[in-house]
Amino acid sequence: MSEAILAVSGVHTFIGQHHILQGISFEARADAVTVLLGRNGAGKSTTLKTTIGLLPAARGKIVYRGKEIQDCKPYEIAREGIGFIPEHMGIFAGLTVEENMRVAMLSEDADTHRRLERTLDMFADLRKFWRAKAGILSGGQKQMLSIARAIVNKTSLLLIDEPSKGLAPIIVDVLIDAINQIKERSVVILVEQNFYMASSVGDYFFILDDGMVVHSGEMPALIQDEALQSRYLGISKIS
Amino acid sequence: MAESVFRRFSQQITLIGAVVLFVLPLLGIPPTTYLTLTLAGLAMGMLLFLVASGVSIIFGLMDVLNFAHGSLFAWGAYVGFTVFSLLMPWVEADSLALNLAVFLVAMVTAMITVALLGILLERVIVRRVYGNHLFQILITFGATIVLVELIRVFWGPNDEVMRVPLTFRGNWDILDVIVYRYRVICIIIGLLVYGGLLLILKKTKLGTIVRAGVEDRDMVQAMGHNIYLLFTGVFAVGAALAALGGLAMSLFSLQVYPDMGGTYLLFAFIVVIIGGLGSVTGSLVGALIVGLTYNYVAYLVPWAAAGVNILIMIIILLIRPTGLFPAGE
Repeated sequence: MSEAILAVSGVHTFIGQHHILQGISFEARADAVTVLLGRNGAGKSTTLKTTIGLLPAARGKIVYRGKEIQDCKPYEIAREGIGFIPEHMGIFAGLTVEENMRVAMLSEDADTHRRLERTLDMFADLRKFWRAKAGILSGGQKQMLSIARAIVNKTSLLLIDEPSKGLAPIIVDVLIDAINQIKERSVVILVEQNFYMASSVGDYFFILDDGMVVHSGEMPALIQDEALQSRYLGISKIS
Repeated sequence: MAESVFRRFSQQITLIGAVVLFVLPLLGIPPTTYLTLTLAGLAMGMLLFLVASGVSIIFGLMDVLNFAHGSLFAWGAYVGFTVFSLLMPWVEADSLALNLAVFLVAMVTAMITVALLGILLERVIVRRVYGNHLFQILITFGATIVLVELIRVFWGPNDEVMRVPLTFRGNWDILDVIVYRYRVICIIIGLLVYGGLLLILKKTKLGTIVRAGVEDRDMVQAMGHNIYLLFTGVFAVGAALAALGGLAMSLFSLQVYPDMGGTYLLFAFIVVIIGGLGSVTGSLVGALIVGLTYNYVAYLVPWAAAGVNILIMIIILLIRPTGLFPAGE
């Protein structure tokens, strides 16, 4: 078993008066895709936002590659090599695709430009709309752009929040391919409600409920466990 | 259906309305006077643009309602006034080179001084109230009182006459159209600042990051950019533009007085609401609409001059609440 690249332990997060994360603990292992599952409001997105520093952790520790980052600012965490793709994708609609990528590129060195070329090879549509405003892209193309922005730097951990939300099944398959390619270079923590996508890319899972982890294990075990799927994810087999 | 079509074409409809507003006064104003008023309106618009663009970028990127912007504008005017007083022989010299030199020295001194003041204001006061508009209004209003009182302490409470450099005074008479020299200079300054800002915002990486920050600050941070450093820089640039606006406006109105910022801050907010928050082009278009309308109406119906821009602002708010050119569109 590979060692943990990110360890979240006993983290509490408040949004206003609401106590969203209530002592959440989990680990993301190197060379694997970790999936956070759970119903709406379970605290999945809040977990990612707390990890990247957009929401402050009131208590607990977040250790990334041996360094505590729970008190760091978001830009410091991003510069440590953590990429973030929010649920709404965070596309700058008024900027062109090229400008979106330029904002994302933390360096202009040869390595970054090589990664840019590789990323554009992976998402050919972005090359086609290179000088177009990102606001005119389709939902799937926007999602591709958001992933491309996150992996153009030397990212060793990628936090992705519900990438399949609102996308057509055929686009979801494209995203699954993309994430399977990305996981060869970067550790991925994926928040997902679409169990087809989660089970297609995930190696390990953590189920969240009321801001805590209530179950965890390897993805094949969850795929077999219909009772657990039904209880926490609302998935039931049509007889 | 009709409503959605209206919403879709609201920018075009509003711009057509603006063009009509521009041409309509010809019905009641002789053509030569109309051209003189148009030049005056363009010059006033350009000066308002200098103030409003700072307000717009600061609000657009930082979500900060900076009521102290007007007092920074006044500080710019007073620093310029001091430089002019110290270099009065250059101001009164019949030499374009010396007149330009004194203007440039005053401009650079005012912009640097007020930019530093802006940095201090952002670091000490504004940073504590990010995300809270009520506190921003209260605390920047408080800062305004302090800054205006400091002007009274350093320069005295009375109005002062601002001397325009000798070669900038007077006018040209071109086919019976009176063209004031300084108004032409104001238009050139406004266009240069607009071009410079567009160049920085569109062609440099820093400018692109600022535009991205106007759309989504959190995402810019999550991409590894220090948004707080960017905030300070933008605040300093906004303050420097206010200073330039203050200096240029004091030469336009031929006076400086401690409360001068308040008058123009009101205009700046009207401009920003008309043009759209966070947009430099929006600020320019909004400022020109305000400047031209003010001058036409002041000639035709003097008592309505101040109110007409508020009326335009209300109409824009009803038709297109985000303004003509909001950032991100």
